Amino acid sequence: MAQNILEINDLTRQFKIGGMILGKKLTAVDQVSISLPGDKPQIMSIVGESGCGKTTLAKMVLQLLDPSSGEIVLDGVPLSHYGKRKNKKEFYKLVQPIFQNPFTSFSSRKRVDTYLFETALNLDVAKNKKEAKIVVQEVLASVGIEIDHVMGKYPNQFSGGELQRISIARALIPKPKLIVADEPVAMIDASLRMNVVNLFKKLKDEYNVNFIYITHDLSTAYYVSDYIATMYRGNLIEFGHARRVLNEPAHPYTELLLDSIPRVGKKWDQDVASPDMESKEYEMEGCKFAGRCIYAKEICRTAKPDMIHLNQEHQVLCFKHNDYKPEKDIKPYEKIELPSSNKSKISL
Amino acid sequence: MLKLNDVSAQYNILSGYVKAVDKVDFEVRKNEIFGIAGESGCGKSTLLKVMYDLIQYPLEISNGSVEIHSSVKSGNPVIYNNGEIHKSWWKVISYVPQGAMHVMNPVARVKNQFFDAISKYHDISDKKELQKEILDYLKELELPPEVLKAFPHQLSGGMRQRILIALATFLKPDIVLADEPTTALDVVVQRGILTMLMQVQKKMKNSIVIVSHDMGVHYQITNRMGIMYAGQMIEVAPTEEIFNNPRHPYTQMLINAIPKIGDNSQREGIPGTPPSLKNPPSGCRFAARCPFAMDICRNVEPERVHISEDHYASCHLLN
Repeated sequence: MAQNILEINDLTRQFKIGGMILGKKLTAVDQVSISLPGDKPQIMSIVGESGCGKTTLAKMVLQLLDPSSGEIVLDGVPLSHYGKRKNKKEFYKLVQPIFQNPFTSFSSRKRVDTYLFETALNLDVAKNKKEAKIVVQEVLASVGIEIDHVMGKYPNQFSGGELQRISIARALIPKPKLIVADEPVAMIDASLRMNVVNLFKKLKDEYNVNFIYITHDLSTAYYVSDYIATMYRGNLIEFGHARRVLNEPAHPYTELLLDSIPRVGKKWDQDVASPDMESKEYEMEGCKFAGRCIYAKEICRTAKPDMIHLNQEHQVLCFKHNDYKPEKDIKPYEKIELPSSNKSKISL
Repeated sequence: MLKLNDVSAQYNILSGYVKAVDKVDFEVRKNEIFGIAGESGCGKSTLLKVMYDLIQYPLEISNGSVEIHSSVKSGNPVIYNNGEIHKSWWKVISYVPQGAMHVMNPVARVKNQFFDAISKYHDISDKKELQKEILDYLKELELPPEVLKAFPHQLSGGMRQRILIALATFLKPDIVLADEPTTALDVVVQRGILTMLMQVQKKMKNSIVIVSHDMGVHYQITNRMGIMYAGQMIEVAPTEEIFNNPRHPYTQMLINAIPKIGDNSQREGIPGTPPSLKNPPSGCRFAARCPFAMDICRNVEPERVHISEDHYASCHLLN
């Protein structure tokens, strides 16, 4: 087996909230370990609800945030190596971002093509403007846009989908090993989403590039990814092959997520527990999902679960798979009546 | 309940008119959830503004009228026309806006925002009594009573959206308009909010109009729905019918663009972009993106064709 393209070891990031003395610590990413095999290009999705730490994780991979502890190893080289100023350029050649809202990632006072040319020139892909034009033309062609359509135009002259495709093209210029896409389709219409998502599939092989695709939309995640990581309140709770994870979800939260997709062809029948106020769950001692989990037992509230390897490529953070015997017969997820105390609690 | 007669609305910009809503003609019935689907820039939100009688420069109505038939309040049927509808906001018609973050007053407690909104119809001299009423209503919707004391920034996005729904339905209006109530929220919270909307509708037996670009949302909660494209309502039918028997090519492509879990076949988005509403093309507006386009489509605007009593679409293929 080839070297892992991406290895995340025990990565933790804490934020301080509140004042110096009374302040609390909030662990946004809590001891996350992921390794992504590098024998062929992969798309890994990170899914989870807002505030689960998926963007914090992405920012650390992009070196926009420093981890509190743990390390990220990219293609055999730890990211701390790229921390020095002179190595920064090397890093940008390896890792490129795509952000959520294309209208804010491009300045509205700058022509869109300047971003493409500057990336090509600054990252030594091209020596002069003439060479740069060839590179830009090539990457734009691979996302299905002609260069004449882009030259001299400002961001407000494009639609959201077009602009997002241009930002994908920009990320491709240095031929990176890894592209981190943070909610790239959240701002785009459902009817145009598939165009962008299909691009990822196509570019993966064409440019031999790995993607980290961050989303809360499980249906596109299923469609596009090879691996799926589910996060909840800073913990990585499930990781494995996309097919396996979504066909046989092992963690109750993944089940809940799957169940909540507004699907065509299957209607919802029962209401769900809304999340507690975030910071409260971050501080919980045992499993952080225990308050909302229908399978929760006493042990879930007091002790932290360990990562269980269901098989070589499917791991889950849940007591359910660890000598767990249900106290009584549990009906499938949809049928359970939740105790009312779990519903919409809030702390002020 | 709510009837739109051949309504056209346009934005008056200096270089011409943007015809955002073009000859839209449909009705919202009593006791139903009506969904409006379409991509961004197709005029969904403008249509809601027209229905809500929120006509402000540069928006103007160039043709047609909006009527609300209300009978619940006084016993006699009352008809409100556009131009008068805004006088009965909150009471007869109310509106749940898109970004819950931006529409609440950031420096006022939720309680005071409630008082403010209903001050026109309620005597607010006895605030204690009124607060009790509001608390009872929140309890009915299973919202925690503490939110009344909170400032908007102390609440999560989902909770803010729930409060807006509570606020919009507090005076039991006949019609509630909801503009993309769940965009930017994640799936679990989205489900909670949509379930809440359904329960409110069931309890009050009023009409809800919901705008969303997510076909899955429409499938889950609406009874009937309309598909909009480039300012026109191109297909209207009961929701089941739309998904089982879509007749307009655009509707078919919208449904095919939804990825499904468990089905990994190649899915395609709809190629191309919608036409400019400033100079809409003659003939069918979808012709440039339609795989079945014929010569007639590019020249003649299609008429509405009734497939069944409740189902109509505007497409030349149906003739």
